[in-house]
Amino acid sequence: MTATAEGLPPLRMTRARRNALLQSEPVQGFALISPTFLYALILLVLPILVVIAHSFWTQHYLTIDRTFTLENYRIALTEPIYRDLLWRSLYISLTVSLFTVILAYPIAYFISFHGGRHKSLWLFLITIPFWTSYLLRVMSWKVILGYNGVLNSGLMGLGIIDEPSTALLYNSSAVIITLTHAWAAFAILPIFVSLEKVDRTLVEAATDLGDGPLRSFLRVTLPLSAPGVISAALIVMIPTVGDYVTPKLVGGKDGVMIANAIQAQFGKAANWPLGAALSVTTMLVVTLMAGATVLIIRALQRLAR
Amino acid sequence: MRARRLLSGGWLSVYAFLYIVFLYLPVIFLPIFSINTAPTPKFPLTGFTLQWYADLPHTPALLDAAWNSLKVGVCASVLATVLGILAARSITRYRYPGRRTINGLIMAPLVLPEVIVAISMLLVMLQLGLSLSLFTVVLGHVLVCIPYSMTVLTSGFEGFDRSLEEASADLGETAFGTFRRVTLPMVAPAIISSLLVCFTISLDEFIIAFFLTGTEATLPIYIWGQLRFASKLPGVLALGTLLLVASFLLMTIAEILRRRAARGTQNEGGLYA
Repeated sequence: MTATAEGLPPLRMTRARRNALLQSEPVQGFALISPTFLYALILLVLPILVVIAHSFWTQHYLTIDRTFTLENYRIALTEPIYRDLLWRSLYISLTVSLFTVILAYPIAYFISFHGGRHKSLWLFLITIPFWTSYLLRVMSWKVILGYNGVLNSGLMGLGIIDEPSTALLYNSSAVIITLTHAWAAFAILPIFVSLEKVDRTLVEAATDLGDGPLRSFLRVTLPLSAPGVISAALIVMIPTVGDYVTPKLVGGKDGVMIANAIQAQFGKAANWPLGAALSVTTMLVVTLMAGATVLIIRALQRLAR
Repeated sequence: MRARRLLSGGWLSVYAFLYIVFLYLPVIFLPIFSINTAPTPKFPLTGFTLQWYADLPHTPALLDAAWNSLKVGVCASVLATVLGILAARSITRYRYPGRRTINGLIMAPLVLPEVIVAISMLLVMLQLGLSLSLFTVVLGHVLVCIPYSMTVLTSGFEGFDRSLEEASADLGETAFGTFRRVTLPMVAPAIISSLLVCFTISLDEFIIAFFLTGTEATLPIYIWGQLRFASKLPGVLALGTLLLVASFLLMTIAEILRRRAARGTQNEGGLYA
């Protein structure tokens, strides 16, 4: 007893210290993250709340009238121009997310199932163009699709067309092409991650039980990778709905999107409350669309099983 | 072995090849036309010149923009990385309620439309009476850089053996001493990688800078202004090419360091993985 007691003090001390550490673990963890958390609160949450507040106010020249009103939302939802821009933005972002996911899936599948030892090299190759400036990538599409651009001059040089086509640039297809290219990598990565998690023995089991390669893919691999497809669709859909640069550079009159209208309210038109209401409406509508997409993909996943 | 893999991949490897072409081709036109003599970017190419590059240093506005970008990039990357270190350390080391929610909030700028993030910050800054300047741009860039910094650092922090820290504490080091002498050297590659990634993002970022800057331009804002003038296009292409090369080099170094930091753990995959 005494012998062990002699050995106890240092042991008891470390144990006590560890206990204290364990007890204060939440406190320490929270204290450590609080500067970053506060930063996000002050520069993200607070601003979004301010935007929401503004959307219920009105502006008279330079002063903001703080009486509650839904007038801005009435304008945002019923004025044909904003309604059309919102629909077009939703249509464009839905189309772009559909295209990026469909184009990205085979690549993600290829890297995950046939990438061998070079998986990370493939991923690196695919992500590197996306670390270059977004503005520059959109600019290069302008150079490609322009009236005197690469595609027109190239096609004319090959004798396929006689005069430059005006159909390439300044419309919503140009916006869709550019955005599909710009967001490609963002769709590949989540799908790749979920494919990596697919238990390969399940695929083997399906094959052993007599499913062909296509059937086992449709009934095992594809449903199991649904979470990746969902996050890929969302990670493309939500940011693209508010894209500003692409419609401005390659969209022309037919490709204007809601972000251009929002920017105008904070710039030339100087109607902050309306701009705020347009922003809130866009976020709400895209959230609804995202929710619907998740439900549809989940329903399809259940059907496949 | 390679042939067999190609066979098993079959048409998929052909598709992968075409996809890589689709990813790279548009970007490659910038350097091609930046060394072409004709002022408009179209085929056939007319001849080789470095004139557009030679003109760049003689444009004072461009040099100002480059200097501004450098200042903003350095400040934003250092701040974002410091905040990222704190958050990533907290997330990987401690368990506490609300951890996932806080993490989700910090990562949110990654999935929100940039325009909405930008205009909401603009509104608050104007309300607070902050005059728009490079400082407000830095504030905005830090917010969008933190998620990337977190991703890089979390994969680096998850890698190391916690028992080494415990050993150091048991041997009598203080918490700070342990951090400085044990933790920091192990996570240094991840930290440098985060600095490089954040610098690259800040260097290339347009929307937030566009909304939050006063009269001073960063490089992307300068490029945006030049795009209105067709005659300035070759210069823009040359400048764009230099930016592409800079981003490419910085990201390659960052990726090599990130891999080194994550080695020994199962943290494969890219920045988002």
